[in-house]
Amino acid sequence: MQGIPIILAIVVMNFFLLNLAEGDAVDVLAGEAGSATPEYMEEMRKKFGLDKPLTVQLAHYLKNVVQLDLGFSFRHDMQVTELIVDRFWPTLLLMVSTILLAVGFGVLLGLFAAVNLNTWKDAVVSVFALITYATPLFWVGLMMIILFSIKNDWFPTSGMENSAAFYEGFDRIKDIAHHLVLPTITLSLFYLALYTRMMRASMLEQYGQDYVITARAKGVSERRITFVHVLRNALLPVVTMAGVQVGALIGGSVIVESVFAWPGLGMLAFESLFARDLNLLLGIFLLSSALVVAVNLVVDVIYCFLDPRIEVN
Amino acid sequence: MTNKLLKISDLDIALPEGSERNLAVEKLNIDLSPGETLCIVGESGSGKSLTARALMGLLPAPHVRVSQGKIEFCGEDLTKATEPRMRQIRGSEISMIFQEPMTALNPVMTIGVQIDEIFRFHAAMPQRARRLRAIELLEDVQLPDPKQIVAAYPHELSGGQRQRAMIAMALALEPKILIADEPTTALDVTTQAQILKLISDMQAVHKSGVLFITHDFGVVADIADRVAVMQYGRVVETGSVDKVLNKPEHPYTQALIASVPSLVPRTPRTRADQIVLSAKNVQKSFGGGKSFFGLGKPNRFVHAVKDVTLDLRHGETLGVVGESGSGKSTLARCIIRLLDTDSGKIMLDGVNICDLNRAEMRPWRAKIQMVFQDPFASLNPRIKVGQIISQGPMIQGADRKTAEARARELLEIVGLDVRAFNRYPHEFSGGQRQRIGIARALALNPEILVADEPVSALDVSIQAQILKLLDEIRERMNLSMVFITHDLRVAAQVCDRLAVMRYGEIVETGATREIFEAPQHSYTRDLLAAVPGQNWDRQATSY
Repeated sequence: MQGIPIILAIVVMNFFLLNLAEGDAVDVLAGEAGSATPEYMEEMRKKFGLDKPLTVQLAHYLKNVVQLDLGFSFRHDMQVTELIVDRFWPTLLLMVSTILLAVGFGVLLGLFAAVNLNTWKDAVVSVFALITYATPLFWVGLMMIILFSIKNDWFPTSGMENSAAFYEGFDRIKDIAHHLVLPTITLSLFYLALYTRMMRASMLEQYGQDYVITARAKGVSERRITFVHVLRNALLPVVTMAGVQVGALIGGSVIVESVFAWPGLGMLAFESLFARDLNLLLGIFLLSSALVVAVNLVVDVIYCFLDPRIEVN
Repeated sequence: MTNKLLKISDLDIALPEGSERNLAVEKLNIDLSPGETLCIVGESGSGKSLTARALMGLLPAPHVRVSQGKIEFCGEDLTKATEPRMRQIRGSEISMIFQEPMTALNPVMTIGVQIDEIFRFHAAMPQRARRLRAIELLEDVQLPDPKQIVAAYPHELSGGQRQRAMIAMALALEPKILIADEPTTALDVTTQAQILKLISDMQAVHKSGVLFITHDFGVVADIADRVAVMQYGRVVETGSVDKVLNKPEHPYTQALIASVPSLVPRTPRTRADQIVLSAKNVQKSFGGGKSFFGLGKPNRFVHAVKDVTLDLRHGETLGVVGESGSGKSTLARCIIRLLDTDSGKIMLDGVNICDLNRAEMRPWRAKIQMVFQDPFASLNPRIKVGQIISQGPMIQGADRKTAEARARELLEIVGLDVRAFNRYPHEFSGGQRQRIGIARALALNPEILVADEPVSALDVSIQAQILKLLDEIRERMNLSMVFITHDLRVAAQVCDRLAVMRYGEIVETGATREIFEAPQHSYTRDLLAAVPGQNWDRQATSY
């Protein structure tokens, strides 16, 4: 329930922030057309409602948002809602697969490193994490394309599906999954490194806790201590972090979507920023913030399962 | 072979290189018979906990290890036992309970599952039988409603209840030896008395040998058959409890026992009747606020201090005693206005300081200063000792030179070297830090000192020194003092008058001697009855 006022506050802040930027959609349209008289621009502004004071524009926008109408994108000549929903699914797909891959493998690798603390296995995992953490996303993406698409024709270079093939049903799913591999790996590498390091540190911290000594003193095997006692406690901070990072993931997806020409929200946001298509941009922001709020809710629920000290109310 | 359960001979435990000393435990020789309670007593760093860990094969390997000697358990040398064999022994034949019931249980597993693990690893029992046995065990340790507690998580139990659950766990398979590592240190005195009784009852039933590690001589007097006193990793004296406590031979034992505060209150001093500080109907509560945007359920409401009225006379020490959660620390913080009261007055020199705002309060702060409980957490680790002490006077307007000169003078008064001035707090021990804390409080020449459990984090010999220091400066600077403590022994030796608190209320006030001799309120009587080692104390003072 607390999500609704938060989202409204975000809308208002975004509105003012975006209006701080120089120029508007009319400037861009006029610039592209090449010859527009000031009178014509005034007229367009009037048509788009851009001549009214900011507060009036905001009130108007808010009224529409409450009615779930996100306005019209003059740039794309489409309803914003339609446009966003269209681009939302690819991004969601990319995000979910990325999170699953990053958190899943991060947890496994961190666990593996912590169990083999100070051995060569731990060192290999740590060096791997350090390298992937330090490598820029776009470079990884480009290298992946060169290696796996151009040199070895294993994966497609770009896009989400082979639209020329007109696949149906299961074939289509397979095709999309095939396209999904490289972007997902690229985007998740950075986060994978983050979760690996966090999980390792978290495991080590939990190993130092008193209850581990209690368990040992009971004669419990090391295996059970690691997988039952420590693992569950060590997951808590990782889950929190994963929830917080969903927002950052949308930012990260802008780069990956550009590199792989993935038709998602990130790319749409990038384009609409340069076109000063504020309506569209606001819509995207609204959707992202709703997404972050929703994910945090999910994280809270997961947390309740993991940690009995927290109650759902 | 004798019928000894345990025989430790010439045990050395090595610390990693570069430590303060090479051996944590040196040439340790102790033994334990069935049904016997052996207390290992010593101050922090004496190696008593590591000895227990070595027995269980739970030393923090590879840095700390047994370098020499034998630990014979029923004739088997545990230092040579393999890890699988040790795992078999742990929990079934030797089990252990720990100091911190708050952290010694896994927070995300139910009590039932944690007890169940013992059976799962040591006994072939079907799951239903294990569950029933767990409930039985919880009943044995007198936990209310065992069927519910089996399904409860540790955070749903109080500290004493958790410690009972730990004991249930430790005794699940009737071990031959029970090691108790300071099991009551973190508990209130009434709970402590119950737990001690439970341990000795259980021992009587199961005939196990108990190795009880403690720093508290009162506890030793209550439960030990024999005592081993440790200092710097060596056992300096062993013998029957009567011999060690009443006729100690080693000078260290003598010094330790001499520093245990007596339960007989000291002679009250003559005092003036002038009241320097008075609290009238002070109320303070926490929580109860609305959550974010007024949505959701309101926060938990705690009435920490209820309608408290007390007077502090010039030159006296007023003790505020009570168990954890009784509101005594909250009261102290209200008195020096670290917390704002909800209602009521705190009169200092005829002014109600509750009405003053931040700026107006500043000159009054010099008059009333506080010494905190935790000497490690209460000093800023990034600021040099000299600055810590001189900051106060400088805020009050003294120039740097005078303030620093005063700081040096104070360091000497509290018994520290003047060279401490340019050092950081972490370079000092707990007792020395508490001295720094006292110097800091004295820097403003206060009239009133509020001391919140100033010695509860310290070893008994250091505690005696700090109490003596507080006594000296009180005389020297003509201070009036509010002394918060949970330890009635300390209260008996320090306070002229006592106020006993429970659930935020003062249930009884009076002269210390009167309260000790004829407590009026039933709660005061319970508190006094729960102080460990009372019989010993009377003996000790009788000759």
